[in-house]
Amino acid sequence: MNIFTIIIGAVFVNNFILVKFLGICPFLGVSKKTDSALGMGVAVIFVMTLASLITYVLDKWLLSAYGLEFLQTIVFIFVIAALVQIVEMIIKKISPTLYNALGVYLPLITTNCAILGVALLLVTGEVYGVMINNLFEAVLYGLFAGVGFTLALFLMSGLRQKVDSLPLPKVLKGFPITLITASLMAMAFAVFA
Amino acid sequence: MKKNEFKNIALDGLARQNPVFRLILGTCPTLALSTAVLNGIGMGVAVIFVLVFSNLIISLLRSVIPDKVRIPAFIMVIATFVTIVDMTVAKYLPDLYSSLGVYLPLIVVNCIILGRAESFASSNKPVAAIFDGLFMGCGYTLALVLMCTVREILGAGSFLGIKLWDFSIPFFSKSAGAFLTYGLLLCAFNVIYNAVVKARKKKLYGDYMKEKYADISTEEVQA
Repeated sequence: MNIFTIIIGAVFVNNFILVKFLGICPFLGVSKKTDSALGMGVAVIFVMTLASLITYVLDKWLLSAYGLEFLQTIVFIFVIAALVQIVEMIIKKISPTLYNALGVYLPLITTNCAILGVALLLVTGEVYGVMINNLFEAVLYGLFAGVGFTLALFLMSGLRQKVDSLPLPKVLKGFPITLITASLMAMAFAVFA
Repeated sequence: MKKNEFKNIALDGLARQNPVFRLILGTCPTLALSTAVLNGIGMGVAVIFVLVFSNLIISLLRSVIPDKVRIPAFIMVIATFVTIVDMTVAKYLPDLYSSLGVYLPLIVVNCIILGRAESFASSNKPVAAIFDGLFMGCGYTLALVLMCTVREILGAGSFLGIKLWDFSIPFFSKSAGAFLTYGLLLCAFNVIYNAVVKARKKKLYGDYMKEKYADISTEEVQA
């Protein structure tokens, strides 16, 4: 039952972008084309799942175990930066095709607040009302928060391709109309809450 | 530091390169925390503190930090100051701490701070870097407070937590209202900004030269 709660909660009810405002920078920056939105989304799912796993383990057996919780922010951002670097190198070696598709988006993920946000929230044991009791649930939440992120990014890129070609006043073009579109999407997602 | 340089830094931070309205950076806390003016002020002060000190330290260390590992080095400096702010607020302002929530430690990945470290502090003298941090932070805070004011008055019918009237539109305190307010404010800022730049252009080059200089970009006029 808790698994179901985690999945629905992470993807729809507390969608990271549209409800909790985490990861707005890539949402506005990389949503111009559907291809790049999907590329960014897959990269985020990948890093977010791994980051949830590693930071949860580190916190459980190292930081919390020895009373070093105040180091969480510093350690987590370091882990994420290193993780992104390692993932980039591994993908480059194993699959050059995937590397070419994800390459440009990977370095951007280090400063994506959704990743650090999910890591910091998971170790508190409760993410927006959903209890996280063990490592499996933490990784599951990380995975599906990434899926929710990708869903919002993908939907936005589809809408934006249409919206950007509309004849709008110059002052509305670009970011203002994108934010107003996002507002309409957020209204749709508010139905789940 | 020359007077002109100071004026440039101040204008950049407050208007020309305003993080919220011009660069569209640091948008997550802007949208998430703008339900109440007090949250906005608290967040703004935290950002100013981190920005000033990280700019100072990075500027002092600019010749020591190797170019290849500069980004991780910057992030470590920023994370240290964010931890200091986080612990201080948790101890002395527990109410503010719980309403800022996860967005307080997330100042680490706020693009404004890393952006200023990379584009200003790492190539300028400490005094200039401090002023840059101060004015960028003030520009951010002003924009955030503006956003909070609109949303608190419309969404809750109050200002700074004081009830003004019974009329309120709860839509504006929801997430959809945040996006809409930001989009409309951005649009309004663009209108005013373009008008100011146009007026300046006219003043600088005169009406009769208008056609001759019609192709001069706004960036050149600003410089």
